Amino acid sequence: MVYSSLIIIVMVLLIGMAISVFILMWSDKRGQYRNVKAGAYVIFDEDEPVGQPQDQTFAKVPPPGGDGGGVPRRSAFGPSTYPEPPPGWRSDVDRSVKWPVLAYVGSAVFWLLVGSIFALLASFKFNFPDWLVEDAWLTFGRLRPAHLQTVIFGWLSMVGIGVGTWLWCRLLKTPLRNGGLMLVGCVLWNVGMVIGTIGLLAGFARSIEWVEFPVVAYLIIVAGFLLNNVALFRTLAHRRVQHLYVSIWYIGASLLWTPILLVTFLLPVYSGVPHATANWWFAHNILGLWLTPAALAAAYYFIPKVTGRPVYSYHLSIIGFWTLALFYNWAGAHHLVGGPPPQWVVTTGIVFSVMMIIPVVVVALNHHMTIVGRFRRVMASPTLRFVVFGAMSYTSVSIQGSLQSLRGWQEVTHFTHYTIAHSHLGVYAFATMIMFGALYYILPRLTGWEWRSSKLIAAHFWLVGMGIGAYVVALTVGGVIQGLAMLNPNVPFLAVVESTKLWLLIRSVSGTLMTIGHIIFAYLVFENIRKGGPQRDAPTLFPLARRQPAAASSK
Amino acid sequence: MTRSIVLFVGVIAAVLMSYTGLSLLPGLQLFDIEPTPGSSDYTFEEAQGRAVYIRDGCIYCHSQQIRPENFGADIARGWAPRPTKAGDYLYDDPHLLGTSRTGPDLSDIASRQPSWDWHMAHFYNPRAVSPGSVMPAYPFYFDVVEPGAVLASQRIVPLPAEYVPPDGKVVVAKEEVEHLYAYLMALRVEPLNAE
Repeated sequence: MVYSSLIIIVMVLLIGMAISVFILMWSDKRGQYRNVKAGAYVIFDEDEPVGQPQDQTFAKVPPPGGDGGGVPRRSAFGPSTYPEPPPGWRSDVDRSVKWPVLAYVGSAVFWLLVGSIFALLASFKFNFPDWLVEDAWLTFGRLRPAHLQTVIFGWLSMVGIGVGTWLWCRLLKTPLRNGGLMLVGCVLWNVGMVIGTIGLLAGFARSIEWVEFPVVAYLIIVAGFLLNNVALFRTLAHRRVQHLYVSIWYIGASLLWTPILLVTFLLPVYSGVPHATANWWFAHNILGLWLTPAALAAAYYFIPKVTGRPVYSYHLSIIGFWTLALFYNWAGAHHLVGGPPPQWVVTTGIVFSVMMIIPVVVVALNHHMTIVGRFRRVMASPTLRFVVFGAMSYTSVSIQGSLQSLRGWQEVTHFTHYTIAHSHLGVYAFATMIMFGALYYILPRLTGWEWRSSKLIAAHFWLVGMGIGAYVVALTVGGVIQGLAMLNPNVPFLAVVESTKLWLLIRSVSGTLMTIGHIIFAYLVFENIRKGGPQRDAPTLFPLARRQPAAASSK
Repeated sequence: MTRSIVLFVGVIAAVLMSYTGLSLLPGLQLFDIEPTPGSSDYTFEEAQGRAVYIRDGCIYCHSQQIRPENFGADIARGWAPRPTKAGDYLYDDPHLLGTSRTGPDLSDIASRQPSWDWHMAHFYNPRAVSPGSVMPAYPFYFDVVEPGAVLASQRIVPLPAEYVPPDGKVVVAKEEVEHLYAYLMALRVEPLNAE
């Protein structure tokens, strides 16, 4: 029975590969890869031309139906089969996505604050293990998964949908269809999060890493997810643009991947060691196929947009996308190096983890070469500063990830706090920072109101930037010390524990800095939505050093 | 790319391939392996204890997997006599392999520390028996009662002097921690004669 199934599975794999190769050949023959360079220019037009940096202002967007210029719009891809967007389409599109995006972003910021509180409680419990021990729901083993689930499925997933929806409609140049479905989806998502969080704390946790909520919570979240997808893919069918910009690929792919991940892993068919391999296939893919594409999609839009300079090489972005799609989802098994699964599973995980260097270097080249020479804009623009911080973290976390999957490295760092540092470098320094930057650009365009204070934005940046920096350094160093001590059988285990205490204290302090930053950010979002503070007619940028004369900046 | 359908069929094929490879294939390969000699299904009490282990997230600090002798110091530390293998985990649903060793591995805790007294004092306050430990205390696993109110079914937890409750009360174990102890005593790695 097993061998016949094995044959079927191998057949499926072969057919899958054959389909991929066929699609590649078909696309090439049909000229899908011709004129690739022109693709980088689809985010620019007369209203937002190449060479003109855009920032967090809404003031320069022409009013709906206004004079957008009578220049005929030509597509670089020959005669377009899609209608051209009317002048002033940006305002129309922004109006159509306003409430769905604000609903998702508002919920996300709420879950960010909740997740930060869980994080602080869990972290300080290492420093004061006899603190808050009387109540079962406040024990470390429940707070830690509550932190993970609220920041992943509450904050990052919901902000990803908010930012993704805005990008989706702006890049398809068409208003959102069925926005009401997205609002229902948002309500369902929040219901799932509340049921999940309370259920977990109340003692219905499942101790399956990255899926700790009771199953019913995920079913509600998936239902909300599918409603969103109906709205977004109906919008895609009404697109007014021939070429799909690379951000659309990332967002579209992740919208299809994530429900598949959740549904296939929630099937009650796993136990024992195969459960562990499925677990890490799932958990690593939530990072690689859901959070990463959303953040990369934002970086691919905002870096060229805010600098006013097209992506360095659009060719590379295509390679980067497909290598990520083909490699990342095999990498998860590196979480089981040295463990009981069959050797080939672990080896596959390591091989694909190392192959991830290709998409990472490609994306890194693209983002960094687009930025080169635009340092003053990075200093001046909150959006760019956060997004570039995130893009640089993506490069470091991914190179680190490829190298640390190797057996020699895992022997030391597996099971230590080092892993926690690595995951925060990815989920926070990369994905979360890019989302902050994206929101600084998007929200003023939706609310028609500029940010209250550039000083508070600066405070937010420095608090979370220094916080995550100290966090990652402390746990990386502490984790390596812990791992080396654990490798030496002559060091008693309690001495190993002792060696981590200082670093865990630094972690708590840096977590506190980040939480203060989150509170400032939440206040800024709140003020922006309720239109608090002075009315501005220019973007809230950081003031630059005096070296730059005032006249030059207004040029 | 101008054809969204091609793009999306391609990406779905990609993820289904890795799902087949990493989630289904190991299951089929290990479908008919025999349980390692010495391992057996959990009794009702042990399964109840396992549920407490899951509910309170022990997995976030304790692993249940032993790496080979030439890879890490798991065996040199005396955590178990041999590396664990897939046959050891046949009755584990969900799996509790764990990814963190903030605390020591528990695969073979029953052989390493069988003492009821030690475990109960450790749950009540880890620092009572392991000075410097960062494990949280679990006072909610216990009742603090008058000595006269202890039921016949309950056992009093012996504690070092500085952890004994004031005013002459005693600490007794609740049923859930008795179950948890029963589960820990089921965590055992038997040496294999053939190896």
